[in-house]
Amino acid sequence: MNTHHHILSVKHCSIIFGTLLIFTLLTVAAAHMDFGYFNFPLAMLIATIKASLVVFYFMGLKFDSTENRVIFFSSFIFLAIFIVLISSDVLFRKADVYVPHNEIFNAKKFSSEEVPHD
Amino acid sequence: MYSDTTADQEEKNNYLNHSKGIKSWLTSLDHKRIGVMYLFSILIFFLVGGIFALIVRTELWGPTKTFIDANTYNQAFTYHGTIMTFMVILPLIPSAIGNIILPMQLGAKDVAFPRLNLISYYVYMSGALLAVVTLFVGRVDTGWTFYTPYSIRTGGATILVLAGAFLMGFAAILTALNFIVTVHKLRAPGLTWSKLPLFIWCLYATNIIQMLATPVIALTLMLLTFERLMGIGIFDATLGGDPVLFQHFFWFYSHPAVYIMILPAMGIINEVIPVFSRKTIFGYGGMAVAVFGIALVSFVVWGHHMFTSGQSETANFIFSLITMFVAVPTGIKMFGWIATMYQGSIRLDTPMLYALSFLFVFLVGGLTGVFLATLPLNVHLTDTYFVVAHFHYTMVGGAIMAFLAGLHYWYPKFVGKMYLEIPARIGCVLTFVGFNVTFLPQFVMGIRGLPRRYYDYPPEFTQLNQVSTVGSFLIAFGLLWTFLFLIISAYKGPKAPRNPWGANTLEWQTSSPPYHENFETQPIVTKGPYDYHS
Ligand SMILES: [Cu+2]
Repeated sequence: MNTHHHILSVKHCSIIFGTLLIFTLLTVAAAHMDFGYFNFPLAMLIATIKASLVVFYFMGLKFDSTENRVIFFSSFIFLAIFIVLISSDVLFRKADVYVPHNEIFNAKKFSSEEVPHD
Repeated sequence: MYSDTTADQEEKNNYLNHSKGIKSWLTSLDHKRIGVMYLFSILIFFLVGGIFALIVRTELWGPTKTFIDANTYNQAFTYHGTIMTFMVILPLIPSAIGNIILPMQLGAKDVAFPRLNLISYYVYMSGALLAVVTLFVGRVDTGWTFYTPYSIRTGGATILVLAGAFLMGFAAILTALNFIVTVHKLRAPGLTWSKLPLFIWCLYATNIIQMLATPVIALTLMLLTFERLMGIGIFDATLGGDPVLFQHFFWFYSHPAVYIMILPAMGIINEVIPVFSRKTIFGYGGMAVAVFGIALVSFVVWGHHMFTSGQSETANFIFSLITMFVAVPTGIKMFGWIATMYQGSIRLDTPMLYALSFLFVFLVGGLTGVFLATLPLNVHLTDTYFVVAHFHYTMVGGAIMAFLAGLHYWYPKFVGKMYLEIPARIGCVLTFVGFNVTFLPQFVMGIRGLPRRYYDYPPEFTQLNQVSTVGSFLIAFGLLWTFLFLIISAYKGPKAPRNPWGANTLEWQTSSPPYHENFETQPIVTKGPYDYHS
């Protein structure tokens, strides 16, 4: 077993911390600008970089044993299962079952008396 | 069988009298004391949840109003479901019995992180109290599943219950982490992975599910809270959200949660059947692998709860197909237990009676699960009493029967006294009969199309409902009887030897009740947990 513990120096800690702050500013800035289709991917990209910094440096995964790295990344398999199987529903709904959002949105506000019966 | 020598000295120093006073219990880091605190807390919640069950069943004695109005009825079944799942069955075996037995079966002094263990107890209790307090500040009527859009709009202190469930989930994650580290790091010398008792394997698989699935429910409940408070538009269709998405998120946790309840139960059955059949467990490797098979499959079947929710036909097909695979590892376990008993010298002591009850009840529950997984049949049966009967057969019949098996099996170890055998057997028979009288009629009502959760029903269902209600009071009587005699046994029972059942696992090698630090000397393991021939 690898019992060696890597301790991050104050200098390194500060650098990572500073980088995280810069990326936080980037998050806020990106939220104020409109990139059209790329709004969502960009936000996710920034968030992923921030999360990776925390995981690799603050949580020490970069210096940890391979075993723990494998365990950590295997949790992504479950994330993949989660997304793929939900997509098998959301992406495959038929139009007659699935009412588009904007139609509901434009409809009058729901109240129990007004729900149409067909 | 009762021939072990018992040193009188053992009585003088054990975990029960190691230190005295209520404070020494509330701040104890001893896994056995924390387990006992869990046990008592959970049993009190069990009583509360049971009272709500009786309220529901009494109201259903006749059509229309019997003694409470429709709204109170909705609240009663909500609290029955929420308390029983989140506060009772989920933590029952892992946190209470597991906490006491797991370190001892490993030959360890305690769990890996004793302080974390105590913290998780208090986190669990704060969550539970937060949920119970809503009874007085704003009763909730969503059902235990909190389905959107109703849960976004209904009144009551729904957010407090969500926060309570969130905290209890947190406690479960901490306990799971603690157990996993304990199994990896604190096994006695000689206790290799292939010599681990199957109870440990089952808890280990359970803990992995808890670690992977519980964060998802925690975040889902948090999103629902945000939806209620701020209208973020993730589940609310009027804001562009998707209410069915909530069901995906919810069942991604809650289907595996069924196995958080049932795998530890199977673990107990794995211990009891070989001991009372005096035979090695049939197919140790297969039994261990099957547990992980069940755990793995449990993550990819959740959509079977949503066949009629507007989920796509593609997803319906996929989930129906995969759900059928659950029957394979479960079948391996059933055959393994029966093959273990085959040609054994079976002793029908109370733990074994409960284990046999478990086999029967769980078989009915499991097979009706296959009915429900069948897509066309599900459209007819979904949201009827058939589903209610099915999951009570698996969760209550399965988990509670196994819990009672374990409670009687390890009672001598916990308390240092033998329970009174004859009253315990009578209690088992009462509970088993009561259980079947309650839930068998519900299968019939469900097939005839009676929907669940309804306050009113057509008069032709009156008789079956009344049978079911009588059964529920029989269960209550059987359980009260059982626990009454367990309490009496603690005072009047004969003194328990170290190993009353002649079992091989390590917890039986120390005194009953065990020392503060479990063993006088570090135990060393030389033979398998079910090795009765060498
Ligand atoms: Cu399920």
